Amino acid sequence: MTILKIDKTSRKNQYIFSVLAIVIVSSICYAFSSLIGYRVVAYILLISVSLLAMLFDILPVLVAAILSALIWDFFFIVPYFTFQVSSAEDTILLLMYFVVALVNAALTYKLRKMEKATILKEEKENTLKLYNTLLNSLSHELRTPIAAIIAATDNLQNDSSRLSALNRNELVAEIEKASFRLNQQVENLLNMSRLESGAIQPKNDWCDVNELIYDTVKRIEENNISQRISININPAIPLFKLDKGLLEQVLYNILVNASQYTPPDSLIEIISTHHANILEIIIQDNGNGFPKDEIEAVFDKFYRLKNNRSGGTGLGLSIVRGFTEAMGGAVSLENISTGGAKFFIEIPAKTSYLQNMKNE
Amino acid sequence: MNKAAILIIDDEAQIRKLLEITLQSNDYTVTQAATAAEGLVMAASHPPDMVILDLGLPDKNGHDVLKEMREWYTNPIIILSVQSEEDNIIKALDNGANDYLVKPFRTGELLARIRSALRSNVPGDIDPLITIGDLHIDLALRTVKMNGDLVKLTTTEYALLAQFAKNAGRVLTHHYLLREVWGPGYIDQSQYLRVFIAQLRKKLEKDPNRPEYLVTESGVGYRLVSKE
Repeated sequence: MTILKIDKTSRKNQYIFSVLAIVIVSSICYAFSSLIGYRVVAYILLISVSLLAMLFDILPVLVAAILSALIWDFFFIVPYFTFQVSSAEDTILLLMYFVVALVNAALTYKLRKMEKATILKEEKENTLKLYNTLLNSLSHELRTPIAAIIAATDNLQNDSSRLSALNRNELVAEIEKASFRLNQQVENLLNMSRLESGAIQPKNDWCDVNELIYDTVKRIEENNISQRISININPAIPLFKLDKGLLEQVLYNILVNASQYTPPDSLIEIISTHHANILEIIIQDNGNGFPKDEIEAVFDKFYRLKNNRSGGTGLGLSIVRGFTEAMGGAVSLENISTGGAKFFIEIPAKTSYLQNMKNE
Repeated sequence: MNKAAILIIDDEAQIRKLLEITLQSNDYTVTQAATAAEGLVMAASHPPDMVILDLGLPDKNGHDVLKEMREWYTNPIIILSVQSEEDNIIKALDNGANDYLVKPFRTGELLARIRSALRSNVPGDIDPLITIGDLHIDLALRTVKMNGDLVKLTTTEYALLAQFAKNAGRVLTHHYLLREVWGPGYIDQSQYLRVFIAQLRKKLEKDPNRPEYLVTESGVGYRLVSKE
């Protein structure tokens, strides 16, 4: 990561930093030149060039390599303060220094390029994997209800004389259920693409949390869920200025999730209160909770539990996190020790205690 | 019995077909147009009792069709659209639509909205006596009764409820209510509306959290349900 970050610093800064580094290192060496021999100085300068090669592009490093060779020659090789070299040994040393510094710079640069290519390749593969997961889950989530609709209409059209009134009603109910499911998936996909395109700009308006929660529960209960929902809202809760549509979708998706993954007759509890200007909403159930090792991943895009039976696109909870964060809030999930899962949402927002005023 | 004539303007043949079956089986007369141009001509040449308009027409922006039609057409217009963004709904209502339903919609809901829009379009003065379920509002005497018992309302609460009573069944936007009840300077002060809606519900609803009369149209406004 650090490598990638420094890559972004501009070329010009890289040149300045390379030259500076060499000048500083040589100055320090010069100060101690009575203590260390000029060969040691050559090693120290070589190490400096190698370190620069790990961070910077090839050209600034080559400049550093050449500069350091010249400095070494000028300040540290007898005769001092000339580029002349007196002994044959020193000439060979200087030439070797040049070659080693250049090769060092070039090799490190090549290594880094290879590393970068590997990272890019991995990223590409991950994106591809993500797309495949999405396509698989999508084709399942979209085709299943479509298959149900086609099968049910076929039955109604072809065998109508053999169908009892009960069967007929059941088939119609299946068509209805499948249509709702399709609609839910389309909704999720639209929301996801809104999130992905960065098109979400919260439209904040005064919101009655009581009304919001009850309306959302009413919506989820229209799907004929088999769980019970209890609501507990602090009566002193103020009005909050936030995007009601986004928050409603967050709560709705958590409730859909709970209704799909908890056993029938489970109890889903919604608890809401506030601390200063932070709205807190807890949605917990007494179902089986989430597998411990997967709890961190459930908010990830397209993530589906490993052993789940009911499919899903892995979009619902990632929208929960995306929308909550778009509102400047945070959502977390934990298992309850007595069984079940607990979602905890916190959203900071302006408050109004207008309802405490006297009627005019 | 109904025999009200309804013009459907929608480019999707499947939707037109389903609406035709639904409406005809409920005794409405149905005419259809697949484009904005065709729809405008039909509405002008044989003005129907109601228009059902899709916003996503191929030849013209639905909001423009609505505005153009409202220059001369006064009967109810109900919007049927796949666009569910609140801004779109508010824009259509501000441009003179009587109601807005998002596709997919339930047929029962559509029929209820049609009945309520047609009912409120009966010419003549508004009947000062409005009865919805157990709720009786007398606009002349400025009294409100629930189950025969007088409900005590503050001035603002009554002004708000009167707006709903005059527009029973119709969704009223936040801006509309704030402007009509509190005044033009208050259209961004939605906290007043939230508080007074909650107060009205406490006085009128059996369970204020599960309102049967004053229902929320999320992000758009409120509606006083017109019970049949």
